[in-house]
Amino acid sequence: MPSTPDQDPAQEPPDVPGFRSWRAVYVFVLLAFAAMVAALAVFTRYYA
Amino acid sequence: MNALDWIVLLGTMLGIAAYGTWATRRTNGLNTYLKGNHSTGWFTIGVSVAATQASTITYLSLPGQAYENGIAFIQNYFGLPLALVIVCAVFLPIYRRLGVYTAYEYLGKRFDTKTRLLGACIFLLQRGVQGGITIYAPSIILCTVLGWRLDLTILFTGLLVIVYTVTGGSAAVSLTQKWQMAVIFGGMITAFVTLLVKLPPDAAYIAGAMGKLQAVDFDLNFDKRYTFWSGLLGGLFLSLSYFGTDQSQVQRYIGGAALREGRLGLMFNAVFKIPMQFFIVMLGALLFVFYQFQPNTPVFFNRTEWQRHAEGPQGAVLKAIEVKHARLHGEKQEKIRAWVAVRESGDAAAEAKAKAELTAAQKASDAVRKEAREALLKIDPRAKVKDSDYVFITFILSQLPHGAIGLLIAVMFASALSSKAGELNALGTASTIDLWRVFRPQSAPDETQNVKIAKWFTAFWGLFAIGFALFASFAENLIEALNIIASIFYPIVLGLFVVAFFCKWVRGTAVFLAALSALGVIAALYFVGQADPTRNIGYLWYNPIGCAVCVAVSIALQAVFNLRSGPPAGAAPASA
Repeated sequence: MPSTPDQDPAQEPPDVPGFRSWRAVYVFVLLAFAAMVAALAVFTRYYA
Repeated sequence: MNALDWIVLLGTMLGIAAYGTWATRRTNGLNTYLKGNHSTGWFTIGVSVAATQASTITYLSLPGQAYENGIAFIQNYFGLPLALVIVCAVFLPIYRRLGVYTAYEYLGKRFDTKTRLLGACIFLLQRGVQGGITIYAPSIILCTVLGWRLDLTILFTGLLVIVYTVTGGSAAVSLTQKWQMAVIFGGMITAFVTLLVKLPPDAAYIAGAMGKLQAVDFDLNFDKRYTFWSGLLGGLFLSLSYFGTDQSQVQRYIGGAALREGRLGLMFNAVFKIPMQFFIVMLGALLFVFYQFQPNTPVFFNRTEWQRHAEGPQGAVLKAIEVKHARLHGEKQEKIRAWVAVRESGDAAAEAKAKAELTAAQKASDAVRKEAREALLKIDPRAKVKDSDYVFITFILSQLPHGAIGLLIAVMFASALSSKAGELNALGTASTIDLWRVFRPQSAPDETQNVKIAKWFTAFWGLFAIGFALFASFAENLIEALNIIASIFYPIVLGLFVVAFFCKWVRGTAVFLAALSALGVIAALYFVGQADPTRNIGYLWYNPIGCAVCVAVSIALQAVFNLRSGPPAGAAPASA
């Protein structure tokens, strides 16, 4: 028996407080990544 | 290990496996068996994705690597968050919308059967071999230090994972992975806190001064193994291949209650993977500081291998190296203390001088460790000279209290089981959906038989992994050869998927021929690198190159020859 495809998956909202769209979630993740790299760069300089 | 350690170890391992088997014993439907429960939430999916990726090597070897080379390895994960965003935005919605069981089933819908079989066979080849290594690699290390029988350890680990994976399928895998990750985190935090308590107050500064805390390097030099750029670009393509096209990962996130759950599970990994890896490599860097102040820091951490040769006819050479190392280690301790004292005084010139002396002492110590490895090889060319895998386990066994030792050994087995279960589940699924149902299409509607076949395939791959692990020590060259073959094939699969998602006018025959062409290019790069080491490029770069060649040749072939090999009749459109 084939599995059941979702009806309209791309339209599902993230349903995460503070985020209205998936694009906002992705931007948050990329900003978090940039912040981590920046923090690691500062860490490297501090302990060099 | 004493009785308490054994109770903790066997209690956690058998308890989790028994619970997973019992809780999922009534799994009958094909969809639930292959994709997990419909109610699975984002946290379970996120943990399952992380548990499948992180094998015992992550927890056992990575601290040792940081001990040896510092924390620069963290940069290898820089491409991961970007890749997961792409998988979330492009790959996952298409998989969900088409309702596929495997990533390669999508290739069949988008292109044709031969392209689907190419993707599936590459996956089965790579993961089938990796499955044996996933059991063998931690077993050989734990058996060496604990004196256990290797064959029994491999059989116990392999059979345990087969029982609950065959019984409950994907649901059992996700359920057990959640508890195994709890054990892993509990154990690693216990080890970290124990280490912190034993460290001097200036530990981080000492690690930094001795070059172990260089986390980010923006150097554009391609000869350097770990840089921001190789991690970002090579890591992006590697992570895209792994998370987007490897069935062991795809299977973890295509199930769940809704698309949202899979997406949030992946985003959870995108945010927390780098901090988690940072925690593990920092453990290694701080272990390095810890061992600087230990009076009997070994010159070679695989003590079993060392003692075996030290008690032999040429043992005097090794004992002389040990004496030399102990003397240099003592001198280095003095240099460290001198540098700490000067650093606190605030005299910049004196600090620079003390640091230079400390660096020289470290180089002398490293040279003796190198000398030790060369001496071992001279005595026995087959000696296992990579001892960094034994650094963390040496700390666990010598510094942790009883009970915690059992917990940390449980961490190693839990990570092996969780990773192995994800692989077995995916191998069974791909064999059933992409091989058996393709060659026996008349059997596809019989759901009960499909589940039965999936269980048989899962058991087969589990037994194959056990057999491979049992004979791995006799066939190390074979393992290396198969690993090389897999790493040559892997970028090609990503190329197939990139063409499928982004080049909608390209058809099956063009992409199939392009994949074979890209395979030739990557194989040529590999063999040129082997023949002339100055032309060798890091294997991370195979991923973007292989993918780019596959995409470019696909487009060119489709344009020039106007090849026509459209999707099978009734195939759903591939675009989101």
